[in-house]
Amino acid sequence: MDFSFPPDVEAFRAEVRSFLDEHLTEEMIEATHDGTIHAPELHAAMAAKGWLAGPVPEELGGGGRSALESVVLNEEMQLARAPIDAMAVAIIVAAILLEHGNDFLKETAVPRLLDGSALGCFGYTEPESGSDVAAATTRAVQDGDEWVINGAKMWTTMAHVADYVILLTRTDPDVPKHKGLTFFLVPLDTPGIEIQPVPTMATERSNATFYDDVRLSDDWRVGDVNGGWAVMKTALKYERGIAGGQFLSPPVIGAAVDWACNHVRADGRRPIDDPAVRETLIRAEIDVEVCRGFAYHCADLANEGEMFGVEGSMTKLFASETYKRHAREFHDLMGAEGLLTHESPEAHLGGRIEENLRHSPVTAIYGGTSEINRNLVAEVHLGLPRMR
Amino acid sequence: MIDTSTYFDMKGWKRFGSICRASFRPAALSDEDGRMRTRLTTDEIAVRDAFGDFFTNESPSAVVRGAATGNGFDRSLWEALSAMGAPGMSLPESMGGAGATLTDLAIVAEVAGAHLAPVPLVEHAVAARALARSGGHDALVAELATGELIGTVALRSPIEGTARLVPAGAIADLVLHHGDGRTELSRNPAPGAAVPNTADLPLAHRATTGAEPVALDDAGWERTLDEWRALTAVAYVGLAKRALEIGVAYAKERIQFGVPIGTFQAVQHGFADAGTRVEGAHLLAQRAVWALDTDQSDACRLAGMALLFAAESARFATDRALQYHGGYGFSEEYDIQLYHRHATAWILQLGEPAAEYARLAAAEYGPVEGAA
Repeated sequence: MDFSFPPDVEAFRAEVRSFLDEHLTEEMIEATHDGTIHAPELHAAMAAKGWLAGPVPEELGGGGRSALESVVLNEEMQLARAPIDAMAVAIIVAAILLEHGNDFLKETAVPRLLDGSALGCFGYTEPESGSDVAAATTRAVQDGDEWVINGAKMWTTMAHVADYVILLTRTDPDVPKHKGLTFFLVPLDTPGIEIQPVPTMATERSNATFYDDVRLSDDWRVGDVNGGWAVMKTALKYERGIAGGQFLSPPVIGAAVDWACNHVRADGRRPIDDPAVRETLIRAEIDVEVCRGFAYHCADLANEGEMFGVEGSMTKLFASETYKRHAREFHDLMGAEGLLTHESPEAHLGGRIEENLRHSPVTAIYGGTSEINRNLVAEVHLGLPRMR
Repeated sequence: MIDTSTYFDMKGWKRFGSICRASFRPAALSDEDGRMRTRLTTDEIAVRDAFGDFFTNESPSAVVRGAATGNGFDRSLWEALSAMGAPGMSLPESMGGAGATLTDLAIVAEVAGAHLAPVPLVEHAVAARALARSGGHDALVAELATGELIGTVALRSPIEGTARLVPAGAIADLVLHHGDGRTELSRNPAPGAAVPNTADLPLAHRATTGAEPVALDDAGWERTLDEWRALTAVAYVGLAKRALEIGVAYAKERIQFGVPIGTFQAVQHGFADAGTRVEGAHLLAQRAVWALDTDQSDACRLAGMALLFAAESARFATDRALQYHGGYGFSEEYDIQLYHRHATAWILQLGEPAAEYARLAAAEYGPVEGAA
């Protein structure tokens, strides 16, 4: 048992912190209020460091950074509130292509995704298929040496700024659903693609994308024809391994402590001197330490070459559900003042808690809902019967 | 009554016990590089398996129930555990111990917790370690190391010459207590009987008159309590994991509406939430023990957090497991009620959980301003 990092990983943590001190600005974080959780300058600086390629295995052409370094990078970025959504997606798309893509894709798209000059987005979910992702109906039909794609995708977040969508399609409707799927990488400037904004209850914007007789050469196919489920599994593996989400709460707790110490209630006392408030805060701090344990445990497993599965489900389930509760509790703590959004100059810390309250519900939905994760924990971790 | 010496020789336990003792690493850790190892090492697994088998054989629920009708303590189990070397395993070798780490002791505490073993392993070890640290009690520590003498700690300060509801107070030969900045040792006779309580624990009031001084300051006492917190957190994890195993096994067998109730998603999701929290508690409790072992700056914080989270997770897990037993869970016949009652009781020996949250908050946010 040893919960300390090797010295080289601690040195890397220090490097990440000074990098963020230098490159991450409050203006960058505020700029995400336009709906796009992406900071181009930060992204470019990360690329220049070689950190975009970091989590991708070296034998696949990535940076080969260890899982311990990846978790530390992830932790520091989240604690600093760095806008990393677009970055995480770009890295995952590159990793999928490196594992399943042909030479054409590895020579064209991958270098651009990893040097920061291109962004990607996910095209898995459809209007009628979310958690049941293998039920996708977006159709790809072969026509000579081209493919013709028709259908619609939901939650193609970043599509409006991205260069590529990694698209899950149905190539054989007459076999069991997992066996008739094929992936493509689709340049978003291909004729026949329409991108429509999907505004959300939080500040961030998502998209719906529509594919009307979109024609692609076979070069853009990712993996085997009807072999899409294997690619999907890789995609989910990297999404759990690379994407963050374990340290969503600390910035909210930090804002709540700031409020509790500096606000004065009508009775002349500060919230921080109220035992109920202190208990709520310290319980949230405990939840953060639990998330940290989960994050380090997953990193340890990955570092030893054991790709984690259900451990990732537990991490995401616990982190997102507690984050939702923290955002709710600390929004409540502020009472009426908590209602002010970032658009109000009077909002506390730029409306950080209010914004997190509106953002938090989606974290228990995207990348595997809490219900799907509970199913997995019940089946895999506890050995209850599989029921779906 | 089992003749333990014959039993151990027969089973090869004595020999295996000594192998285990030999494999314990010295308490002083080397300054080798950190390496983020969140799982047990091979040596640690050997310790867990040896003691896991021991408690499975020696502390079935019949033993737990038998102790409940007495004073909450099973002396023959304690003697068998002593023959394994457990009471002294984490004490210094110079005082008759095996020099094992707190991490090793925690592995034994976890399996003891899983079986609700009616022996005061944690309290005894914490008291003996405190005496060993204080100095000047080497002979006493050596007696504690063999398990012939049983020690315990009063988790709350004595009032007017009495420590109330002392864990293992019914049977412990000596009680370590702290109040008004002084740590003391009482050797008044144990009453032998427990006060009736929620989980049939060996709780009793102990007189602290005629106590001898122990050279342990406030920080030293806080360290003692933190060891109790972290080890009890680990024991809670053992309890909770076992409660979930019992609940899951029942849910896979119990047929209602023509199918096992474990196939219902409502049941599965309750178990999944509990299993997730217990896993989180496991990682936090182990980190707290490791932090104490290696004197990390956040060891005190982690120990307090680990106990609160493990207790709450174990209470949630036992609540779910009992609920999914239906009416049988409420009946005395089924073991899950034992787990439910123990999960409720352990942390209360320390006092109000709210006071523990307040203590951690004070360390984090400073004292309450304007408090009386």
